Amino acid sequence: MKVRVLVRPKEGILDPQGEAVKGALPALGFGGVTSVHIGRLIEMEVESEDEVDAMCRRLLANPTIEEYEWEVVG
Amino acid sequence: MGGGRVRIGVTVFPGSNCDRDALYAVERMGAEPVELWHADADLKGVDAVIVPGGFSYGDYLRPGAIARFANVMGPLEEFARSGGPVLGVCNGFQVLTEAHLLPGALLRNTGMRFVCDRVRVRVEATDTPWTTGCEPGEELTLPVAHNEGNYFADAETLARLEDEGRVVLRYLENPNGSANDIAGVCNEGRNVVGIMPHPERVSDPALGSDEGLRILRSVLVGAGV
Repeated sequence: MKVRVLVRPKEGILDPQGEAVKGALPALGFGGVTSVHIGRLIEMEVESEDEVDAMCRRLLANPTIEEYEWEVVG
Repeated sequence: MGGGRVRIGVTVFPGSNCDRDALYAVERMGAEPVELWHADADLKGVDAVIVPGGFSYGDYLRPGAIARFANVMGPLEEFARSGGPVLGVCNGFQVLTEAHLLPGALLRNTGMRFVCDRVRVRVEATDTPWTTGCEPGEELTLPVAHNEGNYFADAETLARLEDEGRVVLRYLENPNGSANDIAGVCNEGRNVVGIMPHPERVSDPALGSDEGLRILRSVLVGAGV
């Protein structure tokens, strides 16, 4: 099955990449962007979803600074 | 120590790039450098370990995230938990936080730029094996070169680090947005230290300075040399 994991900085953790992109968009003429957060999308083919959460906790995300969510997509 | 020279291991991961400098600095300290290959689950009986800087495993996923599971990390964690002196420099600091041997994490620099400079730092704690040869409050000029050096820990952890005197080095001028100007911290047992500046790059007057030996040579004091 296919699993999609989304990892992103926890709320309140400085996200300088997001800030940089937020600053760049108006420079291109795109207005009205009030926040940008940049995370990471991980797609995996797995035989079972049993250990996906453990994978997230132990490797895919760093719980000190990141939060994650995952879903089976196919 | 078996009567011979103190043996100091330097881990080598794919993508480490300060390992040669660290091995050279160990030689300059008067200790015996021992290369510790990432695939070997063996510390070769060393007395202390340096986890050097670089881009282990290409910094893929997060800096240090993959290195933390290399074979050599098993015995290294055991060594650290039993009180053995471990110093993580730059990427090595990142590896040690990923391995939960040190609290917190290193975030992207607030300025979004790779910082490559010499910075002034103050030695805040001299009761670690890697700073015991320094004077309390001693100021050093050390090179930094990193993209993720912005130390982060939650407010409770930061307060605890400060209360317990576990901030080992502090920037006089913060180059990366690091919380409380932190350049280095130690674990609860004080034997594991992680610092962003590179003492091994200033280990010889031919490199412009040997101030880094103030830190590195400390471990010999602890070893009774």
